[in-house]
Amino acid sequence: MADKRMTPDEIAAELKDGMTIGIGGWGSRRKPMALVRAILRSPVKDLTVVSYGGPDVGLLASAGKIKHLVFGFVTLDSIPYDPWFARARESGSITVTEYDEGVFGTGLSAAAQRLPFLPTRAGLGSGVTDLNPSLRTVRSPYDDAEELLAVPALRLDAAFVHLNRADARGNAQYLGPDPYFDELFALAAEKCYVSTEKIVETAELTEAGPVQSLLLSRMLVTGVAETPNGAHFTTAVPDYGRDERFQRHYAEAAKDLDAWPEFVDRFLSGDEAHYQKAAAEFGESA
Amino acid sequence: MSDISRAEVAVVACAELFRGDGEIVVSPMGFIPSLGARLARLTFEPDILLSDGEAYLMTPHAVVEGWQPFRKVLDTVVPRGKRHVVMGANQIDGEGNQNISAIGDHSRPKKQLLGVRGGPGNTANHRTSYWVPRHSRRVFVEQVDVVSGVGYARAREAGLRHHDVHRVVTNLGVLDFGGEDHAPRLLSVHPGVSVDEVVEATSFPLVTDGVTESRLPTESELLLIRTSLDPKSLRDKEVPS
Repeated sequence: MADKRMTPDEIAAELKDGMTIGIGGWGSRRKPMALVRAILRSPVKDLTVVSYGGPDVGLLASAGKIKHLVFGFVTLDSIPYDPWFARARESGSITVTEYDEGVFGTGLSAAAQRLPFLPTRAGLGSGVTDLNPSLRTVRSPYDDAEELLAVPALRLDAAFVHLNRADARGNAQYLGPDPYFDELFALAAEKCYVSTEKIVETAELTEAGPVQSLLLSRMLVTGVAETPNGAHFTTAVPDYGRDERFQRHYAEAAKDLDAWPEFVDRFLSGDEAHYQKAAAEFGESA
Repeated sequence: MSDISRAEVAVVACAELFRGDGEIVVSPMGFIPSLGARLARLTFEPDILLSDGEAYLMTPHAVVEGWQPFRKVLDTVVPRGKRHVVMGANQIDGEGNQNISAIGDHSRPKKQLLGVRGGPGNTANHRTSYWVPRHSRRVFVEQVDVVSGVGYARAREAGLRHHDVHRVVTNLGVLDFGGEDHAPRLLSVHPGVSVDEVVEATSFPLVTDGVTESRLPTESELLLIRTSLDPKSLRDKEVPS
């Protein structure tokens, strides 16, 4: 019986330069931030990042980890724009594939179903097709003969998601109201790594929520890391909401290149335990 | 009840967006459109479904009546078309194209905004309206830099059979694309705003035949807005009088 428990740093060490990684969650919600922080500490570079973007994108851009970004948006939700993402775009330091939110999901669905593409109407006529000239259309073979966008499969080398509970074998559960696209990320990826608030006995999973909340089956999961408060500073309801004060602090530091090294030194210069201690001290200083 | 504010007129103009929508999901982005949707639900359009912007469908009294997580929205609600979204807009042009992605050259933008988000899919699949709290030439441009929401000419060219850009509500008035060949048209100006003022704040020409004054809230609508929907007058922050 496989025990798939790993540390965040062991998970980050599985990455190789140039890989394509998907990051679950949505905006500044249930992002696998402890795993993102582990990637920041690792030597990996030139990543293609696929994300419904939040501070995961900003932080990875701040450390020069991203070569290419596939996205439909990047936002911190309560703060519209992530300053590090804006800087990376405005300085031209990353290249992007910009998709509509639905086109993005369609690409993941194609990969999840091992199809080369899936058709959709979304994106036709918009900047999505102007900006991605390699995109092709497909004509319905039926009487309507409608021309549709053929969204290529968005295959991932690895997916990273954060869920509320998991067992040691990788069955994983969300307890908030929205699964986001985490299951699609897992299905679209060769390997999926889950961070979780708490690793529990298998029997405890269905005590905590209905069986439908068991989002990921262990057959989709390569490794699982127990990372309490591991989505901080994004939401992981019902365990905790977004740390809005910390997020404001991040955004203010990210706006100011003179202030940024202090943020890195205080929060990102050590391991995850160091981060959590520094974040707790920041919380107490309110 | 009198001294009707500009924000209250804008709320009613947003509510009017949903007249006739029936039993579909309405998804207002922004505070004034949200007030408008709840006002419409409580008065003349009682069957519309209100999204809380997250995973729930909610009655105006905050009772959960449905589950609509983001994946369901993109996989089924948007393509199925039983939805009317009101999006914001950093830029809109005379063909009805909208931009929330980036300003300037996309490969190295002058200003990075959100990204196209759901604009392409919304405009390909169901009714879409826009809300602009500060009507100016910076927003109403000759040509948008990145097409997020698809306008009329491009929709026709792409064969988008469900394209339906409905109206644009601003702090000055209400526009649509109902002129000849989908020319942009000024439908109404809010009380105290002149047609010239709107024309001056818009970079593309507007059809201005038959402009009316935007409808005022009724006594009962005012009561709802002031006592129930927005007792703290947060609406005045989005649209000062």
